[in-house]
Amino acid sequence: MTTITENAVPATGRSTSDEMIAFVIMAVLLAVVPLTPIYPYFVMQALCFALFACAFNLLIGYGGLLSFGHAMFLGTAGYATAHAVKEWGFRPEFGILFGVLAAAAMSVVTGLVAIRRQGIYFAMITLALSQLIYFIYLQTPFTHGEDGIQGIPQGVMLGVFDLSKPITLYYVVLVIFLLAFLLIHRTINSPFGEVLKSIRENEQRAISLGYKTDQYKLLAFILSGTLAGLAGAVKVFVAQNASLTDVHWTMSGEVVLMTLVGGLGTVFGPVVGAFVIIAMQQYLASFGQWVTVIQGLIFVICVLTFRRGVIGEIAHFFKRSL
Amino acid sequence: MKVPGGSPPGIPSLPCQTERERPNTMQALYAQLLVGLINGSFYALLSLGLAVIFGMLNIINFAHGALYMMGAFCAYFLLTYGGINYWWALILAPVIVGGFGILLERTMLQWLTGLDHLYGLLLTFGLALIIQGVFQNYFGSSGLPYAIPDLLKGGVNLGFMYLPIYRGWVVIFSLVVCIATWYLIEKTRLGAYLRAATENPTLVRAFGINVPRMITLTYGLGVGLAALAGVLSAPINQVRPLMGADLIIVVFAVVVIGGMGSIMGSIITGFALGVIEGLTKYFYPEASNTVVFVLMVLVLLVKPTGLTGRAS
Repeated sequence: MTTITENAVPATGRSTSDEMIAFVIMAVLLAVVPLTPIYPYFVMQALCFALFACAFNLLIGYGGLLSFGHAMFLGTAGYATAHAVKEWGFRPEFGILFGVLAAAAMSVVTGLVAIRRQGIYFAMITLALSQLIYFIYLQTPFTHGEDGIQGIPQGVMLGVFDLSKPITLYYVVLVIFLLAFLLIHRTINSPFGEVLKSIRENEQRAISLGYKTDQYKLLAFILSGTLAGLAGAVKVFVAQNASLTDVHWTMSGEVVLMTLVGGLGTVFGPVVGAFVIIAMQQYLASFGQWVTVIQGLIFVICVLTFRRGVIGEIAHFFKRSL
Repeated sequence: MKVPGGSPPGIPSLPCQTERERPNTMQALYAQLLVGLINGSFYALLSLGLAVIFGMLNIINFAHGALYMMGAFCAYFLLTYGGINYWWALILAPVIVGGFGILLERTMLQWLTGLDHLYGLLLTFGLALIIQGVFQNYFGSSGLPYAIPDLLKGGVNLGFMYLPIYRGWVVIFSLVVCIATWYLIEKTRLGAYLRAATENPTLVRAFGINVPRMITLTYGLGVGLAALAGVLSAPINQVRPLMGADLIIVVFAVVVIGGMGSIMGSIITGFALGVIEGLTKYFYPEASNTVVFVLMVLVLLVKPTGLTGRAS
């Protein structure tokens, strides 16, 4: 049976250097955005989702675990950061730290439950868990229910970077994104990442080789959830609110779509996918509910004919790992 | 002071209540139990359909909620535009929506054979978005009313509670359908072929049985069950484009709890969880939305394969 990450090309020394070249190109392109007429707010938003999708892809692309509830980490970190900054007057860096820790704690608890099953069961369990979290946030007072937490002060990060200035905010978001991206890249190419890939390919064999696969999967889940939380925490300063949208299961579906469009199990795929989907939502907003239909169509087309995704197809064509 | 039809659902007894009103809170309990049984019927019908489809196609049909919604809309269209009543809708809607399901299977799902099961989940998720999006475009998000058929209007006083006839009908009718499906799959020759083909399609094919056609029909059957649940729910819940969207996630939790190991398992788990949810709504309404998910967590901690599930 073909696995869901059939396109993933094994990383060799050469492909790692390809990836670093691609990374530098990406970093330079993103760094010059404020000099171009491109709307920086749009790029910031896309960067948050790109980080979210990369974190998600760490789990599916390298661990073979399809989480359908990743919105719970994005949303939890968002609420935690927003609450800490607005109600407790945390500085932005501590707000982000608090949000990330909240997401990490949640991923430990949910991971312990979810990794007990695999495949579609894992997907359904994560989905159900995130719906549980959604209902809890709908009822608890600190989230302000349907209204969400609004008007979050952006503050001054590390006492130097004034986040209320769009340019400063943009570069802070960009730097966080690039660092997290490098961290994910490093993880994938570490001995831990290699074991993870072997679990994806053949879990029974990994077990027989003496690896405690559950521990590896749990660690991957926690790492992925924590980084998804980082995306949610940073997003609070971009959007200046935290709302139920980020916890709803449609958000979990969206991150799957982003990763699928870009290429499951490719390093750059989720970034490209996130930009494509966010751009689509931005420019097709006037179509109202048809956006949902279009997203559904993209899902169907990707699954039926375009399973490698944009980056996956390119990587496959050039026989490189991207 | 007597509230007609019992206390409003979800409101527990208040400390200031007088003795005369006590029966009312008991009535509220029975009412919640009934609501739980009704929801349980929908959970059972939907998880049964999912189990049947999963058995043959190895696909978790994410579009199940959307197809359930189509069943309800189908009944609405038949009545509004064709003047076709509820009783015919009960037969026609599952056939029509089941036919649509067969079309989906023939044009899309069959191409996923041999691929990772997760692709089936993703494809049907996309289908659900498309179907729901189209209905939302044309009907907005608010509900359309569907009248209870004349024959099932009114209610009977059972002494301890007032039972609206339609609600009683839903519970009994779904039970009958569930048991009939169980009988079809577990006790008939056709069911035996089906189970054999699930185990070893190549071998069954060698006996001259058209397995691909069986797969298609099975998908149609599963979808038909979802549509039937939709028709049953139309007079109780309003007909809304998103009526299946949130329900399906609860049904997934039901499936995880039950384990989808057996047909009977799906049925019993479905009804049982509906009742537990109803009881929670009476005793601790704040948790009524979450109780199924909390149960799922507890079951997974104790028995990861689910209550009736076999190790995968």
